[in-house]
Amino acid sequence: MAKRKATVSISECVACGCCIKVCPRNAIAIPNGVYANIDKELCIGCGKCAKECPASIITLEVTEA
Amino acid sequence: MKEKKKWYDYLWIVSLTYLILGFFNILFAWLGLLCFFIPLLIAAIKGNKAYCNKYCGRGQLFSLVGGRFGLSRKKDIPKWMKSKYFRYGFLIFFFAMFFVMLWNTWLVFDGTRTLSTAVTLLWTFKLPWHWAYHGTLFSDGAAQFAFGFYSVMLTSTVLGFLTMVLFKPRSWCVYCPMGTMTQLICKAKNVTLSQKH
Repeated sequence: MAKRKATVSISECVACGCCIKVCPRNAIAIPNGVYANIDKELCIGCGKCAKECPASIITLEVTEA
Repeated sequence: MKEKKKWYDYLWIVSLTYLILGFFNILFAWLGLLCFFIPLLIAAIKGNKAYCNKYCGRGQLFSLVGGRFGLSRKKDIPKWMKSKYFRYGFLIFFFAMFFVMLWNTWLVFDGTRTLSTAVTLLWTFKLPWHWAYHGTLFSDGAAQFAFGFYSVMLTSTVLGFLTMVLFKPRSWCVYCPMGTMTQLICKAKNVTLSQKH
């Protein structure tokens, strides 16, 4: 079954961190202050971050493997 | 797992208090410089946006009012508003206006101009604000800076509230000049970092 995971459009990310606060799995970090990084192992594709993102640049995508 | 609230999750109270204090004594506006220097220092020293991510009280205020209180349409921000042109353009415009404000402060400092007890909203509208001025122990220029700086803070809060209502709660974060600037600093730091390794 194809699972959907949150995917960040890196070039458009403003690194505000709204997504970090709403993630129920603590799967998101902005280590270098440039863009959000999502741990695909932890992500359950709930879509909370996509809804919260003020720039609407997080989408849920079907990822391989 | 919903984590327990940390001390910094309440910094929105500080931001709100700052805005309110400006109605009583304009000299409190000087404290707003903290919102300028802390994010820049964190970005320059630690190379991250911990200020935006954790401590920004204004962002918290927007997510509280727009999110919890529901004062937001929660629609997508227009594409042009998140473009690099707009974000960098707004940063430059904001800074140009900031330097105009500093210049006006200087004119009062050196006595060319007299103190104007007004707050300028959206770089255009002069609101009488004399009730919040009770004299200063320092030069009139120190008071002029307070009026100017409070104008900057109030203008950006009004813009932030406007985009909060129209789009998502923290839409301000997309074009916040401080956020854009700290991201640029982090980008620059990362380039130099990756060149070292």
